[in-house]
Amino acid sequence: MWEHSFRDKAAERRLFRSRAIVLALVILALTAALIWRMTYLQITLHEKYKDLSENNRIQLRPIAPNRGLIYDRNGILLAENVPSYSLTVVPERVHDMDQTIAFLDSLIGISERDREQFEKRERYRRRPYEPIVLRHKLSEDEIAQVMVNRYYLPGVDVEAQLVRHYPQGEAFAHVLGYVGRINQGEQTKLDADPETKRRYSATRYIGKLGAEKQYEADLHGEVGYQKVETNARGRIIQVIEQQDPVPGSDITLHLDSRLQTLAQKEMQGMRGALVAIEVATGGILSLYSNPSFDPNLFVTGISHKDYSALRDNPDLPLFDRTIRGQYPPASTLKPFIGLAALDAGITNWQETINDQGWFQLENDDRLYRDWKRTGHGIVNMERAIVESCDTYFYEMAVRSGIDTLSPFLGQFGYGRDMTLDVINALPGLLPSRDWKKQRHKSFWYAGDTVNMGIGQGYMLATPLQMATATAVLANRGVWKVPRLIYAHNDTIDDIPHGDIPDIKLKDPANWDRMYHAMQEVITGLHGTARRLLPNLQYPMAGKTGTAQVVGIKQDEEYDSEALRERLRDHALFIAFAPVEKPEIAIAVVIENGESAGRTAGPIAQSIINEYLGGAEG
Amino acid sequence: MASTDFSRTIGGHHHQHGFGRSQALFARVHLDLPLTLLILLLACGGLLILYSGSAQDLNMVKRQAIHFGIGLSVMVFAAQLPPRIYQNIAPWAYAVGVIALIGVLVMGVGAKGAQRWLALPGLPRFQPSELVKLALPLTVAWYMARHPVPPRFSHLVKAIIIIGLPTVLILRQPDLGTSILIFASGALVLFFAGMSWALILSAIGLVAASAPLMWFFVMRDYQKQRVLTFLNPESDPLGSGWNIIQSKTAIGSGGIDGKGFLQGTQSQLEFLPESHTDFIIAVLAEELGLIGVLILLAIYSLIIMRCLYLSSQCETLFGRLLSGSLSVTFFIYVFVNIGMVSGILPVVGVPLPLVSYGGTSVVSLLTAFGVLMSMATHRQR
Repeated sequence: MWEHSFRDKAAERRLFRSRAIVLALVILALTAALIWRMTYLQITLHEKYKDLSENNRIQLRPIAPNRGLIYDRNGILLAENVPSYSLTVVPERVHDMDQTIAFLDSLIGISERDREQFEKRERYRRRPYEPIVLRHKLSEDEIAQVMVNRYYLPGVDVEAQLVRHYPQGEAFAHVLGYVGRINQGEQTKLDADPETKRRYSATRYIGKLGAEKQYEADLHGEVGYQKVETNARGRIIQVIEQQDPVPGSDITLHLDSRLQTLAQKEMQGMRGALVAIEVATGGILSLYSNPSFDPNLFVTGISHKDYSALRDNPDLPLFDRTIRGQYPPASTLKPFIGLAALDAGITNWQETINDQGWFQLENDDRLYRDWKRTGHGIVNMERAIVESCDTYFYEMAVRSGIDTLSPFLGQFGYGRDMTLDVINALPGLLPSRDWKKQRHKSFWYAGDTVNMGIGQGYMLATPLQMATATAVLANRGVWKVPRLIYAHNDTIDDIPHGDIPDIKLKDPANWDRMYHAMQEVITGLHGTARRLLPNLQYPMAGKTGTAQVVGIKQDEEYDSEALRERLRDHALFIAFAPVEKPEIAIAVVIENGESAGRTAGPIAQSIINEYLGGAEG
Repeated sequence: MASTDFSRTIGGHHHQHGFGRSQALFARVHLDLPLTLLILLLACGGLLILYSGSAQDLNMVKRQAIHFGIGLSVMVFAAQLPPRIYQNIAPWAYAVGVIALIGVLVMGVGAKGAQRWLALPGLPRFQPSELVKLALPLTVAWYMARHPVPPRFSHLVKAIIIIGLPTVLILRQPDLGTSILIFASGALVLFFAGMSWALILSAIGLVAASAPLMWFFVMRDYQKQRVLTFLNPESDPLGSGWNIIQSKTAIGSGGIDGKGFLQGTQSQLEFLPESHTDFIIAVLAEELGLIGVLILLAIYSLIIMRCLYLSSQCETLFGRLLSGSLSVTFFIYVFVNIGMVSGILPVVGVPLPLVSYGGTSVVSLLTAFGVLMSMATHRQR
């Protein structure tokens, strides 16, 4: 087809050879470049990549310590750790997340909520290749389903972990609080301090409320480490060295689960709070707010439905009335007002007044009525306490004046949070001349003092404060700071009671006379708590109180039965027993309970009977 | 003459000792003894590295050995066919290849967003681009050899069209790496045919200028991602940067003498991805160190130099052009793969010739060697 001369062929060969030599040189140059590159990586950067490869292979894995347990004073377990199996996913290992989740859904069921939570955790996770929980609380069957299909589920695993459990459930929900997953805000806070960042490097749960939060540092424990060789899938090939975590301290609280569960039983169907304190130590025996909730719901993350049900419940189960419910102390304040007047020397046990059913200030038309329209007639201090005469205490309050009353009441802890370790406790409100000027930009009027005489008006106190004041009263003015903590591990905590000055009355005999008057509240013929007499097992001093529900105007009309119920007065009762050597002081508030003698009183009595009966038996 | 030194170092078949007799014996069956031995050496070394890179999967090594068995048989067979046959089938092979490539675009199967395989009933699944790897240089060499060299401009234009058609079709799959290699194999024929330096330089300039246009109009997102990751692997350490970071770590941590065979933590603990295919050199570099890498590069260099020498020994222009292109293409595979794994080139899926696991690649490379030996050993009567 075509012909070339011999000369052409020789030229062709020469051309080809020269081109081949050019390319051979280029090839040698490029090979040299590869060698240079390899030398650079393998010699110059060898140390760097050696470290990187070691870091790849060797991982320091933190191991979370077991959280300390919580016991009550009788050694009954209040918070424990139980094993729970969770389904975890390492997103980097999953080829198709939607498909994987759909498959898991067909196997064991993955709810919409599980997915939402998973996506949230995925967004906020800390380290790459960290497994993320997709579902909690797998049953044995579900674990088997996942394991059988594991081959089709790369990146999916079942992980055992200890999860907090509260065996007593609702009875201790408010006081113990609960642990929950560490959220973004908490994580940021933990990470801000290198020490806490280290301690929490493996921890997933943290105390959110109550004693769990207060004693977080003690309960948490010390993180452990495991030096492991892993493959790229994060699977551990071998453990090179291990430092075991140190479990958190077990703590024992002063709480008495007998009283706590009894309180729960007695207050069924009511809204209210009960606080009981051991007089000799200040130890809180019971701190119960009703209605309550199941803290176990919160541990692994509460469902939206459950949470809305709790949040929207008109009885406010999430609201801890013991420390955050601020009520007018009402007539339970009268023994303290009485002591103030006695100590100020403006009256004595003999002096009487004539109660016509109302009290009037000089130069003022307004009538301050007694709860008993016809009046109590001739009353002295004792009778005024027993029958809860308002007119007497209007008179005494006005005579003492706010400048005497406010500091005197303050000594009993009103208006301040005096607790050692109760988190989130509110201080109540102890009004004074200065407070009113600051808060209301207004002068203190004599009328304000009148209202204060019967524990109404501006004055507010939490049930815990009422119980604390009662305990101090029962302890003849000697302060024992209210506390939950009893012991760490097996060592009883000896925490000093601080420098709160004890209350010294000019005449200590006034303590005993007041105790006697309060005893008569129950045993007296006209005592406001005389209904308690049939069940009286131990000499007991008490005082009833009826607080008007504020914030609802009298002329407004409410048709609904439920709303009318909410307009009823709150029933209050404070008590301590036995009178001669007080062991327990108690305060009970029943919202809209109306009659303290009928509602709050019997509850307090059954707690006292249970406590003292149990102690003797 | 420079070629004398060249032939002495690379060739040296003038001695009639034992090796020379075997060489003569081999030449009678149209094989080149040094090249065959080098290929066998590389194959054996490759199988050893594969044993380590496949997580000591003996079955995979056996399958690869079978690939070599098939490939070597095809190589021997291809070497027996006289160059004239290749010359005659060249345009037909090209036509079949191009039709198959169109078939892939229309009805191909594939994974990860790319269609590369053609599954025809009654035939084993295959990648038409592998066929074109051989058919294109064959056809361009056939075309260029029909005209006097150095070629005229009009012939070059027609040759560029012959090269461009399959290149664009493979680019559409999309498979940037293969299309560049296919283009290079055709362009190399033009270079060997004596295309003028002025044209070569202006073509290079044109390619450089069109790079930005490629970026905006031709390249797919995943290809752009690869380039971005190549420029800064740390930008996505868990995604597309993972491969390159892990392979560099494997290579660098190997040091001079390596961690020992089967002792590479990067490879054995599965940190290194694709350790039995594209990234297998990292296994070698980690376990046998720089020494292992240099030995491998030495074997490759000897193979390529021997091939270039054989190319220059071909009797026909067609043979020279084709062999030269095949030889240099082989080097491009080596360079692109090692450059990619060591992080000086972007990640384009090019296997390490005769070492990476894969039947198609092994068979087509050995076929090319067979064709090359046919060109170099057949003498016209």
